[in-house]
Amino acid sequence: MAEREQIKKPAPQREQTEVEDAPAASEQVEELKAELDDLLDEIDEVLETNAEDFVKSYIQKGGQ
Amino acid sequence: MAVPKICGIETEFGIAHTGTDDANPIAASSLLINSYLSEVERTGEGGPAAGVTWDFEDEMPGNDIRGIAPLGSLAPEIETHLVNAVLTNGARYYVDHAHPELSTPECSNALDVTRYDKAAELILRRSMEAAAQMLPPGQELVVYKNNSDGKGNSYGCHENYLMARATPFSQIVVHATAHLVTRQIFTGSGKVGSEAPGLTTEDVPFQITQRADFFEEEVGLETTLKRPIINTRDEPHADARHYRRLHVIAGDANMSEVATFLKVGTTAIVLAMVEDNVLPREFRFRMPVLAMRQVSYDLSLAKPLELADGTSATALEIQWDLLDQARKYADSHGLDTVGGSVGEMVIDRWEQVLAGLEADPVTLAGQLDWVAKYRLIQGLARRHDLRPDDARLAALDLQYHDLRPERSVAARAGLESLISADGAQAAITEPPLDTRAYFRGQCLKRWASSIVAANWDSIVFDVGDEPLRRVPMMEPSRGTADHVGQLLADCDTAADLLNRLRESGTR
Repeated sequence: MAEREQIKKPAPQREQTEVEDAPAASEQVEELKAELDDLLDEIDEVLETNAEDFVKSYIQKGGQ
Repeated sequence: MAVPKICGIETEFGIAHTGTDDANPIAASSLLINSYLSEVERTGEGGPAAGVTWDFEDEMPGNDIRGIAPLGSLAPEIETHLVNAVLTNGARYYVDHAHPELSTPECSNALDVTRYDKAAELILRRSMEAAAQMLPPGQELVVYKNNSDGKGNSYGCHENYLMARATPFSQIVVHATAHLVTRQIFTGSGKVGSEAPGLTTEDVPFQITQRADFFEEEVGLETTLKRPIINTRDEPHADARHYRRLHVIAGDANMSEVATFLKVGTTAIVLAMVEDNVLPREFRFRMPVLAMRQVSYDLSLAKPLELADGTSATALEIQWDLLDQARKYADSHGLDTVGGSVGEMVIDRWEQVLAGLEADPVTLAGQLDWVAKYRLIQGLARRHDLRPDDARLAALDLQYHDLRPERSVAARAGLESLISADGAQAAITEPPLDTRAYFRGQCLKRWASSIVAANWDSIVFDVGDEPLRRVPMMEPSRGTADHVGQLLADCDTAADLLNRLRESGTR
């Protein structure tokens, strides 16, 4: 069986930007976590109340 | 040489008729669209071209039944499968199978497609509101922009790209397959569970795309059974000596504007690169259909896909390679065929999104549908301690795609907007300026009463004192504001236009 080889990783230019981006990315992750609770509160309010019936009754004909 | 990547999207929407035990999806779809046409006719907003029928002259027989429902006759039991309207923005709004479907007008770039896709959402939203006026109290038509009912039934969101007839189809197959399989990591709309035979929510609690479960072939003509990754329908809606139309059926309908923009933008660039024969490496999967699912099921984005030459690569690696080629292509050939500066926007965003996926997908929760949805699914599951097969998660999945503003989860997910509210609003009635859709839309706006039918590549006029006249539009890049704006401005009536066209031989 032929040996597997991985394709070369991204070009050097991109690796640099990744290093610079790393702290910003983790900050963003923390922010996103904090926002999620508020978002879920809002979504809890609009979700269909009887999930079971709603999901069961959503039947479509196959299309293209 | 690459031809302009004129492109557009056709979306089949899911529809539910609530508050009745007697729902019929074809009748519901007809009522939805007829209600919209009546409403716009009544308010005089110039949305649809009332009474203008879709012209099936150049289509495969059996696709649909000829004709349009007369306005005002809205009883759902009468109007079943006949609705087929042409809108003044150049779009087509119709009932296909058992779904409402809207095809955007032909656009010259991915940003315009995104704008018309947004306008389509607004049109469907208005249609729901208009239908509510026609229905008994307690009943409602609800439209979902998704691709599956979670029970094995799928409906499509297809893309279309104008391509040079001279490009060998085998080359399109190789490179388009590589892109369509791997672009799923940013085009997916996310789905709870799996609808592939033999797999349960336990096996696949969440996957990246709505559609991957439904593909069974590599290449083929079918779109509803044994769906192929590459569809071979050959219906160019343009001069067939010069063009083909690549009909892409492998994508998801997106709520995220960024996802729609990248879906169309990156594909247009890859296809232009195929036409210019600049892609040095062929990524042939050992099993393309399996690869489609592997990518969709792998939320880690880390699992290698087996290639036919015995090597392997991840979807991200293949996408990085295509992006690198696109950068080189932009330098060597320019991006005029994919919208110039819009093409540059695509490449920049493409890079940013691949970098985000590589670092941590959650950083793209404001940009990609599957990431936004997955974050909410996980959050809800944690909050209420839900198992993966809990109906509340499946409900959240469906409701992500609900187009009603008061119910839409996507509208609350903090997704980035690329299209201004005014831009989307204008696109409901105004055609794009730089494709033949301009000519179609302007003629419909000004002379609808003299037009009996229209389709992608012609308009049929009836000016009373002579036989019906078909004006062909076989060249999708002509009929633009630059090309015919002055001509149209100089004409007061459709008869004037026909006379001028006859004199000049202009098409």
